[in-house]
This record gives sequence, C-alpha cells and structure tokens, in this order.
Amino acid sequence: MVEGISISLGQTGPIALDVAISLVPGQTLALVGPSGAGKTTVLRSIAGLYRPRQGRIVCDGEIWFDDHAGVDRPAKDRRVGLVFQSYALFPHLTAAANVAEAMLDSSPETRKERTRTLLERVHLGDFGKRLPSALSGGQQQRVALARALARDPKVLLLDEPFSAVDQPTRRSLHRLLSEIRTSTPMPIIFVSHDVEDAARCADQVCFISAGRTVEQGATRPTLDNPESRLSRWLADEDP
Amino acid sequence: MDWQALRLSLLLGSLTVALLLPIALVAGRWLATTRMRGRALVEAALTLPLVLPPTVIGFYLLVGLGPESPIGRGWTDVFGDTLVFSFKGVLVASVLVNLPFAIQPAQRAFEAIGQELRDAAATCGHSAWRTFWRIELPLAWPGIVTGAVLAFAHTLGEFGVVLMVGGSIPGETRTLALSIYDRVQAFDNVAAARMAAFLMSVSLVAVTASFLLGGRRRHYG
Repeated sequence: MVEGISISLGQTGPIALDVAISLVPGQTLALVGPSGAGKTTVLRSIAGLYRPRQGRIVCDGEIWFDDHAGVDRPAKDRRVGLVFQSYALFPHLTAAANVAEAMLDSSPETRKERTRTLLERVHLGDFGKRLPSALSGGQQQRVALARALARDPKVLLLDEPFSAVDQPTRRSLHRLLSEIRTSTPMPIIFVSHDVEDAARCADQVCFISAGRTVEQGATRPTLDNPESRLSRWLADEDP
Repeated sequence: MDWQALRLSLLLGSLTVALLLPIALVAGRWLATTRMRGRALVEAALTLPLVLPPTVIGFYLLVGLGPESPIGRGWTDVFGDTLVFSFKGVLVASVLVNLPFAIQPAQRAFEAIGQELRDAAATCGHSAWRTFWRIELPLAWPGIVTGAVLAFAHTLGEFGVVLMVGGSIPGETRTLALSIYDRVQAFDNVAAARMAAFLMSVSLVAVTASFLLGGRRRHYG
C-alpha cells in the first residue's frame, strides 16, 4: 500500500482546476496563490465538499475520488481533518464538546480522555468549558485544530490559517504546526497567500493561479529561484 | 367569558401547532438549503396567506374543501361526514393559513446556520441525519418555537377564514374571535371586552416570547 496522498484534479469550469499533488506522511505542502486562485476549492475537493469534473484522489491506498471509476466518497467517510478559514466551530457547543463531536463513534470515556489530551496539545486545557463566543480568534482556531485532529485524520487541511491572526498568534501557530508534524506524521496541506508562511512551515510549496499549478517543488529551492512570473511576484512579497 | 369558545380556540391552536411543527421543520429546512429553480414560486405560494384577505382564502378553502370538490368528496367517502362547517375543516384551514407563520421563522433559522457548519459536521464524520439532530436542530429551535408561538397566537385570533369555512356553530366552530363578534352584535360589550383583552394578552405574550427567543439566537454570536 502506498502511504500518503496523491491528488490530481482537472476541470475547465465553473472553477478551473489543473492541480497534481503528491505527499507522503510527515510532509507539509503550502498551496500559495493570490485571492481567487482556487486554493480553497482544492482543499474542499480533497475533503469531499466539492466535486470536481475530473480527477483522482487516493489516500493511503484508498480511492476517495475517481471520476473514471465513478468513485466519490462522501466527506464523512474520508477521514480528513479540515480547519476552516472561519473555524466553523459549532456555536452552541463548548470547546470540549466541539472537539468531542468529531469522535462520536468512540466510547464516552475515550472521547472525554482524548478531548482533554487534544485541548492540552493546543494549549487550551483550561478552556474546555467555554463556548466559542467566549474565546479569542486565535483560541477558536486552536479548538478547530484540535477538532480536526480528533478523528485521527489521514490528511490535515488548513484553509488560510495565518490570514486573520496577529503576529504572536501566527508565531504560536507556526510552533504548533511544527509540533503536530513531529508528533503525528501525516500529510498536511495549508493554504496561504504569503510565502513567509510557506518558508516557515512547509517543505513543499505549490504556486497556484486561476486553479492551475504554475510551479511546484521543495520549498527552499523553489522560493530561492522561482521560475514562473507569478512565483517570482509572490516570492518578492517575502519580507 | 365564553368558556366553550375559549376551549375550542385553545384546542384549535394546539392541534394546529402540533400538525404544523413537522411541516415547518421539513419545509423550512428544505427551503433554506435547496437550490431548486422553482424555490421563489414555492416561497411566494406559502406567503400568500399573509397578503390575501382572509375572506379570499376562506372562499377558496370553502370551495376547495366543500362537498362538491374532489377533496370534500374524498373526505366524505372515507369518513362519512363533511369537512366544511366542522371542526376538522376549520383545523385544515387553520393549518393552511398558518403555514407562513410557522415555516418562515424556521426557514430563516436554518438559513442562519450557514453551509460551513454543515460542511464542518461532515468532516467530523456526521451523516446528514446526525448533522440535523446534533447541529441544525439545536441551533434552529428558537426559530422553530417562534414560528409555533406565532402560529398559535394567530390561530386564536383568526376570524375571516374560520367564519367562511366553519360558520359560527357553538361548540363546533365558534372560536373566541367569533364569539367576540357575536357578543358585539348582541350589544354585550362587557363580555366582548373581557375576551378581547384575553386575546390581546395572549398575543402580547406570544410576540414577547418570540423576541426573547430571537435574542437567544443572537446570543451564540
């Protein structure tokens, strides 16, 4: 069985897509591109929340999507951890209940113990009883991350995790992602429009524009010597 | 106070709400999530009872449920009695007239949940059914209860449709609203005032409750 995830997506409309990504467990890929480049659509396709016209997604040997074979596993069966850009926490549930919600098939004891462990892992051990509305944006994001990890996902997806947070929160999230990469080897894909996040957190980078990959490779060489105009333009933004 | 009319009104209101709740849940959620092209037409049809004069709705119901209509004939064939000028006919009319009062708040409540929470539930491994029970219903219930409260209050005050479909038969179709009219016709303003004050109080409590529930919805931020 091939471990990791292999993604190829293609369609001409309504949102153009032409992306091919392959990651092994422990690798982190930054999907970098300007607003409206189709980055979120790629994540949603992997999660099973968007159905592309053509493509194939295989994770740890399981076919999640294959238009030729007519396979399209629903999102609930894909074991994906997705941190939404707006976090999408369930507003009527406490932080702990939000995390536990992703483990409903486990026993109540396992759920309780694992929720506690996950909240401690994202440094929110004392915040489990709070509703999302009583948490800061950064804290909400960490609850969303704990919830995404709760299902033991085969791939972790983060949609613009660094876009709406202040610098200290951003640095703390960089550290947290690094800890997760070390402790839980799985492919991680995050979306960003900033190459600085790619440089800090990813070992692969994929520049994307209008839904199409324009350049892809190991982070440092790709950022140091960008070949395409878009990559150069985005890389130049690096302070 | 016409206690018989009050009892009939409360029974009519309770049964109307009981029958409307499942309809409001299904229709409200469907309207909130469907992308069907004819959705606007369905919404317009459901809103008609709010904008049409009660006598117009009452007329169509009288004709549509009457013994000459397919529905009326079918009812008589199965149950042996007639729908119009009976409590059952008034109940059917009441459910139809109150559809927008129950469905619209439920629809708005389901719309306010947003697709992203449903997507988040799917990535948590929830089926559509589990998402409905664990995420959507707990978030939408203030809207659903608001609709039920409004439908109950409106049923107590409904006059034109009840009169057209049910007449004003004591113990069968004469509700509190019809009894007030009856008392005024008989120059018994004291009894009419007592019953009117009661209906006004119920309406005030119902609208206050719906505002309080609206506040609870905002509480989640």
